[in-house]
Amino acid sequence: MISRRDFLQAAVAASAVYGASGIGNWARLAAQQALTQDQLLNFDTFGNVTLIHVTDIHGQLKPIWFREPEINLGVGDVNGKPPHVTGEDFLRMFDIKPGTPEAYALTHVDFVSLARGYGKMGGLDRVATVINAIRADRPDALLLDGGDTWHGSYTCFKTAGQDMVNAMNALKPDAMTSHWEFTLGIDRVTEIVESLPFPFLGANIFDAEWDEPAYEPYKMFDRGGAQIAVIGQAFPYMPIANPGWMFPGLSFGVREERMAAVVAEVRDAGADLVVVLSHNGFDTDRRMAAQVPGIDVILTGHTHDALPEPVMVGKTMLIASGSNGKFVTRLDLDVQGGQLLGFRHKLIPIFSDVIAPDADMAALIDEQRAPYTADLEKVLGTTDSLLYRRGNFNGTWDDLICNALIEEREADIALSPGFRWGPSLLPGEPITREDVFNATSMSYPNAYRSEMTGEMLHIILEDVADNLFNPDPYYQQGGDMVRVGGMGYHIDVSKPQGSRITNMTLLKTGEAIDPGRSYVVSGWASVNEGTEGPPIWQVVEDYITRKGTVSVDPNKSVQVSGA
Amino acid sequence: MEFTRRGAIAISAGFVAVLMLPARMAKAAVDEKIAAFTGGASVGSGGITLTTPEIAENGNTVPIEVNAPGATEILVLASGNPTPDVCSVKFGPLAGSQSLSTRIRLAGTQDVVAIAKMADGSFVQAANTVKVTIGGCGG
Repeated sequence: MISRRDFLQAAVAASAVYGASGIGNWARLAAQQALTQDQLLNFDTFGNVTLIHVTDIHGQLKPIWFREPEINLGVGDVNGKPPHVTGEDFLRMFDIKPGTPEAYALTHVDFVSLARGYGKMGGLDRVATVINAIRADRPDALLLDGGDTWHGSYTCFKTAGQDMVNAMNALKPDAMTSHWEFTLGIDRVTEIVESLPFPFLGANIFDAEWDEPAYEPYKMFDRGGAQIAVIGQAFPYMPIANPGWMFPGLSFGVREERMAAVVAEVRDAGADLVVVLSHNGFDTDRRMAAQVPGIDVILTGHTHDALPEPVMVGKTMLIASGSNGKFVTRLDLDVQGGQLLGFRHKLIPIFSDVIAPDADMAALIDEQRAPYTADLEKVLGTTDSLLYRRGNFNGTWDDLICNALIEEREADIALSPGFRWGPSLLPGEPITREDVFNATSMSYPNAYRSEMTGEMLHIILEDVADNLFNPDPYYQQGGDMVRVGGMGYHIDVSKPQGSRITNMTLLKTGEAIDPGRSYVVSGWASVNEGTEGPPIWQVVEDYITRKGTVSVDPNKSVQVSGA
Repeated sequence: MEFTRRGAIAISAGFVAVLMLPARMAKAAVDEKIAAFTGGASVGSGGITLTTPEIAENGNTVPIEVNAPGATEILVLASGNPTPDVCSVKFGPLAGSQSLSTRIRLAGTQDVVAIAKMADGSFVQAANTVKVTIGGCGG
């Protein structure tokens, strides 16, 4: 395990880079500065305003493993630009040495052995320690939550998000925006929102019938003698990517013209600094930054990217703070007379063995989990393989889920959505019920069994691929490619919709998929109301229990070109 | 993914039919409609704003808005629909603004086109792609 002293180097995953807008000097500056624990807690406070950003926690109260993606392709203009840089390329771009804590936190390289050395990351009690330390420096720092908070774990599912609401309320956020929150159903969302001691922002959420704003678009804060406008931007494709029937009265969308209007409105109202708390996804935010003038900072979310330095688009700074409680971003700003004069940025990796848990938050978390301890800790089996999800085309967690669907539901082909949430498990670890829920928890979990023609399967793959690889990010939905079990295919990501997917092959026979033939397909997370079948976690639990020990072979059934 | 057995059958019928719709054939029909509207005059850009969602939340009722200050008439076409005509709206001299908004049905991913006839007899055009998608895999 990492020692406290080692962490002094690790914490630097976080360089304090004043005014840096380029890339490549992150680790070098970090090394020169030889941070200490005291320095971490006494961050060299800068300017007059501090923003603290957390996003996409996905219900993870406790420390987790989280392997960053190996494949994260960018198409069109963003090819090869962060966050579409992974592994060794990422280490080179940010000048990070392999094997260091930063390399472990930010890439997949050598993940298993580094994980064993550096330990789990995250945990909301550690996050609380960091936030408290920042507030000790700057008592009026703004804590902003990018959403995907009330979703993603066993306790979150059982309490309909209440565990996360309780924990986050204790952290005292100043505002949040949303995505998976709405999968709790509109009545529950309304109930929670009415109870929140802070605003639930969404400038792009409209009443579907009257096309009128349905939530507060922004909140103005007086901080350090400056007026700070925080504009919320919820996930634009809520009713398309998730079940719209769960929140039938609402309409979303990128609504660029709406964002431009709200930015103008807050500037007119005297905002010195305009911050967008966004759940657009990084590429959509990058485009929006270029299209909409007047935004100083976009706190990005949804696509789960962790970047050690801001990405500048013109005068707009894009911040990417990772997911699952693995990172906290601190951004200190010098705001004077309506101008952003300088900044100091720090992506703080939450090494759970190094950062002391905040006692109050630890107790609160235990309280949320206590009624469910027996279920959470129930061991279902053991994994021989590293289980992870993130990556554009497949992950071993989804390979396992697809194998379970094929065997338990007697299907030819399995489909598992390209979600980006879901922590990892190391080889040799027991798989608990909590682990299965971390990878599957949701309010529409039914595992359907259906017949689809080869042509229909092709249409589905093309449709999802365009959500990921459309060169215009406004047409992207921000998930990864649907994971496929029992079928291989070739994808050319550079082609237009309809011609990306070729060579679809039924793996069990090696035969080409026949467009006119029907295949038995099993999958989960249908957005259609009334989908029938057992919840996916039951399917996976049955499979793991039956196998005892599971192992997942390397998936070579997806061939990728055009990147 | 998102399919009940019943849903899959319904969707496969509707969705496949959409993809089968030959975009080029539709384009000829659209070009004809535009030519009929403009009388063959050349069509510029700018001065007309067409607002549509990038991806339709429901292809059966897609909100659109056209704003063309100074226009006397605006024609809206859904280029990929079997019948592309959506509407044409005339603005009299007392109209407070030259804008329209409505909801339209789109058979599938396609360009929505708006052409405005200006007071001086010139024409301007805007077109946006609206995607109609199966959805269900964002995460």
